Amino acid sequence: MTQISHDDVHHLAQLSSLQLADEEAESLRIDLENILGYIEQLSELNTDGVEPTYQVTDLQSIWREDVIDDYGLGREPLLALAPDSEANQIKVPKVL
Amino acid sequence: MSSISDFKGKSARAIVEMALEKAREHESFHALLSLDEKRALERADLVDAGKLKGRLAGVPFIAKDNFLTLESTTTAASHFLENFTAPLQATAIEKLEAEGAICIGKANLDAFAHGGSTENSAFGPTKNAHDDTRVAGGSSGGSAVAVALDIVPFALGTDTGGSIRQPASFNGVIGVKPTYGTVSRYGVVAMASSTDTIGVLAGNVDDAELVMDILSGRDSKDMTTLPDFFKPIVQLDAPKKIGVIKEFMTDDVDAGVREQVTGYIEKLKAQGHTIEEVSLPMLKYALAIYYIVVPAEISSNLGRYDGIRYGERSKDAKTLSEVYGLSRDAGFMPENKRRIMIGSYVLSSGFFDAYYLKAQKARTLLINEFNELFNTYDALIGPVAPTPAFKLGENTADPVKMYLADIMTVPASLAGLPAISVPAGLTDTGLPVGVQLIGPRTSDATLLAIAKGVSA
Repeated sequence: MTQISHDDVHHLAQLSSLQLADEEAESLRIDLENILGYIEQLSELNTDGVEPTYQVTDLQSIWREDVIDDYGLGREPLLALAPDSEANQIKVPKVL
Repeated sequence: MSSISDFKGKSARAIVEMALEKAREHESFHALLSLDEKRALERADLVDAGKLKGRLAGVPFIAKDNFLTLESTTTAASHFLENFTAPLQATAIEKLEAEGAICIGKANLDAFAHGGSTENSAFGPTKNAHDDTRVAGGSSGGSAVAVALDIVPFALGTDTGGSIRQPASFNGVIGVKPTYGTVSRYGVVAMASSTDTIGVLAGNVDDAELVMDILSGRDSKDMTTLPDFFKPIVQLDAPKKIGVIKEFMTDDVDAGVREQVTGYIEKLKAQGHTIEEVSLPMLKYALAIYYIVVPAEISSNLGRYDGIRYGERSKDAKTLSEVYGLSRDAGFMPENKRRIMIGSYVLSSGFFDAYYLKAQKARTLLINEFNELFNTYDALIGPVAPTPAFKLGENTADPVKMYLADIMTVPASLAGLPAISVPAGLTDTGLPVGVQLIGPRTSDATLLAIAKGVSA
């Protein structure tokens, strides 16, 4: 059965942009190990030569005219949702 | 429970006021997260003044709190969206409002619809309408309880792996998970895009059918929607051939559940339908497939919650990576984190082929088995869940045990098939049991017509 180490949890948390507290990381480690233990049963199934299913409609690519549609939403109501904004821009802490 | 037809010719204001009163009276069940009294009463007055007409004129309803609605919060039962008020409205809400329906409030759910009991809500669980020491089921638990308590005749829900059907079963109401692509998902909080569907919970089949008729159809804002195929069937033209799923009727399933399902099957026989036992060996793997594919899609869909454009940003964040990391840590519930991290795991290089690709291939084998049976059978039948509603707190410590509650509902989701949950009766201890009818794609109206025949 797959073992998930403390480091694995932190790596997965990093991939998932989650900054976890240590005790939460340990409880998640146990849960992830159990969940992976369950889903691993698929390995016994022979899927040689089987095409994967990515979607369940028979729809193919649907094209539309390349025209801008703002769905009736202006800039202001959307900017108003941002936790921080200034001069018509969304504001975040300094990156560089 | 009331029917939509009970409201015909009555004052919309009186109806809405009564629904709001019932909602307050049943507050202890925690089915609802918010009430929108002002907007509801304004719309009721428009109906009474003859300015708002339609097939649902003055009929109150409740939407699961992952549908965007104007002028009230849409929280997805999460801290992340605790104070979020949407600038737009879901297509499903727009369609119901265009027919005169009145949304009186928003229903509780497992945060971001991740769960099967509504215990993962950031704002506390919903209690079962028949026994308040038991779970409502989930994730559309609040919607099911609001209908079962007769606060409203119908409620909107979402079903990604059983989130409409299982709470419908646990609370004794009708639950419709339509064919994938039947109803537009524009303006609904995304979970797993290849299985997310929108449907209805209602007190009777006729009402469920009317609402589905209104909701179905193509929407240019959701490119996965199918051209409108849903046409209500007044009466079936001929008896149907229905297969009883053998794997769902084993000794592992609660005896009370099997008894009620068997009783319902007898009623189908009395209606003239042909019933035979069938087998789908791939069902054994359906839950494992689901808990690979769905977390993978969740990890991608929930990437949008970055604490930058909307929702809560952590006050402690000083750098950009802390804005992401701390906001997401505070905004998500443990089950959200589990699913995101499992998704990251199965999609990461080195594991992709063994988990994600393998699961998508296994999904093909499952779909093939369904297709094979639908060459012979019009519908399949079995329980909705292996047990009636379990006790609050009974499964919260063990995520895998909680996932097992979805074992009978995920197969139809993975294959994009329509499936409905119909009340079959009560166990000896008075808990509702639902029976599940699953049909080939676009056979939604046929499934409802079969259920109508039994309830008539």
